[in-house]
Amino acid sequence: MIKVEHLTKNYGNLTAVDDISFEVRDGEILGFLGPNGAGKSTTLRIMTSYLTPTAGNIYINDMNVLDDSLNIRKVIGYLPENNPLYPEMTVYDFLRFTAAVRGIEGNAFTIRLKEVSELCGLKGVIQKKISELSKGYRQRTGLAQAIFHNPEILILDEPTTGLDPNQIVEIRNLIKQLGKEKTVVISSHILQEIQATADRMIIINQGKIAADGTIDEIMGSFMGLTRLHLEVENADDVSPLSKLHPDLKIVETLSNGPVRKIVLEYPNKLDLRKDVFKCAVARKWEILEMTRHRTSLEDMFRILTVKEGGEA
Amino acid sequence: MSNIRLIYRKEMSAYFDSAVAYITFIIFLLITGWFFTSSFFLVGQSDLRILFNTVPVVFLFFIPAITMGLLARENHAGTMEFLTTLPVQEADIVLGKFFASVVLISIGLSFTLVHFITLLFVGTNPDPGALLAGYAGLVLVGAVYASIGLLGSAVSNNQITSFLISFVIIFILFLLDKILLFVPSFMAGILQFLSIEYHFSNIRRGVIDSRNLIYFFSMIFFFLTLSIRVLEIRKWR
Repeated sequence: MIKVEHLTKNYGNLTAVDDISFEVRDGEILGFLGPNGAGKSTTLRIMTSYLTPTAGNIYINDMNVLDDSLNIRKVIGYLPENNPLYPEMTVYDFLRFTAAVRGIEGNAFTIRLKEVSELCGLKGVIQKKISELSKGYRQRTGLAQAIFHNPEILILDEPTTGLDPNQIVEIRNLIKQLGKEKTVVISSHILQEIQATADRMIIINQGKIAADGTIDEIMGSFMGLTRLHLEVENADDVSPLSKLHPDLKIVETLSNGPVRKIVLEYPNKLDLRKDVFKCAVARKWEILEMTRHRTSLEDMFRILTVKEGGEA
Repeated sequence: MSNIRLIYRKEMSAYFDSAVAYITFIIFLLITGWFFTSSFFLVGQSDLRILFNTVPVVFLFFIPAITMGLLARENHAGTMEFLTTLPVQEADIVLGKFFASVVLISIGLSFTLVHFITLLFVGTNPDPGALLAGYAGLVLVGAVYASIGLLGSAVSNNQITSFLISFVIIFILFLLDKILLFVPSFMAGILQFLSIEYHFSNIRRGVIDSRNLIYFFSMIFFFLTLSIRVLEIRKWR
């Protein structure tokens, strides 16, 4: 279990992470979502002991990052942002080095190497130099390094950056597969990524938590708006529509001969389609089209992360 | 296997997998070889004084070049993040890399044993004990320089900057013995004691005194500790 308590990190005058607290339960895949520079990497770097917190602390299995850094690093597998590797090493040497530091040597190494290279699809490139690998294979090598010692906790910082769509799908599937038995924290600035892999997400912006929950929970708590697009014939006066509900607004009406295009807007929690239909029937309007657009996750992400910052 | 040994092995293969080690050896041997042989028969003495005078000067350029990348490159490439988030202590990293550079220096130095062997054959009445002590002294000098090189490498992301920082520190220690004439007498003693040349000259004569050894080991300890601290402080930035 990971427990982040009142974590703050300053770089000089800049506050990268501002008093955030959250927990990650065992076996959970947590998506850490936020625009670039929101403080995601900083938080993950403190979790993995690369940086130390300015204030607050992180507890991992009840050990804290300030006092038990070395033991924490033993139970964590970490794929840093940009996946730094040694270009002059072969994949084999690189994994052997990492494994040896983790105490896996000899026969145990050979067995595990086979498993991991199969899992990460590295079989054909084991003897190649890392500098000769494509971006996708490098990413897999980074991932192989992170999971080699079968860690309880896996921390992946932007694991799919720079991959092509097929590779992204592969890596996401791999993460989901690993997430079945491990606690995974995965960060991304891409919503679909989190949506596709995580059980729960935390949206972070300007060093603060903007939302925390399952995707449905976040959508539910978020007061988004529904837009109802109508195409109606013979509707001369649209004012009756505005009387349907106090929260309903007519955003736009556009006439094109007898056809009128109307856009209505009301909160997500309402569903006024039936009322609109009845209203139209009562006045003998002919509805040609009625489409509902709910605020999408992207809109929500934009609103949550732009609200305070003023820029996207 | 201990982490120090793993880091050491990683650095050794980095040296030998690239051309760094070989180029270093070749240039080192060319320079020392030329200085040695060009005057050897002119002086006509059965000692390696010329070699022992030349090598510290050659080291002044070579060792910062060997050590400049050890930490600076990891800082620059971001692999420091990978390395320091493994269950490895900063001290393991610094010591592993330090031993790798000292072993590389010693291998380079061992090639100059040809001169030593030549001397045993053609020289008159050479003193092998003093000569071997001289070699041990050179290894110690190299180790001090390497510890300074690691400090230079730790404080920067840029290899050239690292080279220059280490070079300047080593150059100052190298000069101390040569500026004694120009400083007030009360300082001369201190400066002389800090100078590498002073301690090396004792060992070179075949006198291995614990005072000199303590000097070398405390210098190494001081600069390595400082390098480890620099790595630790980076986490707090």
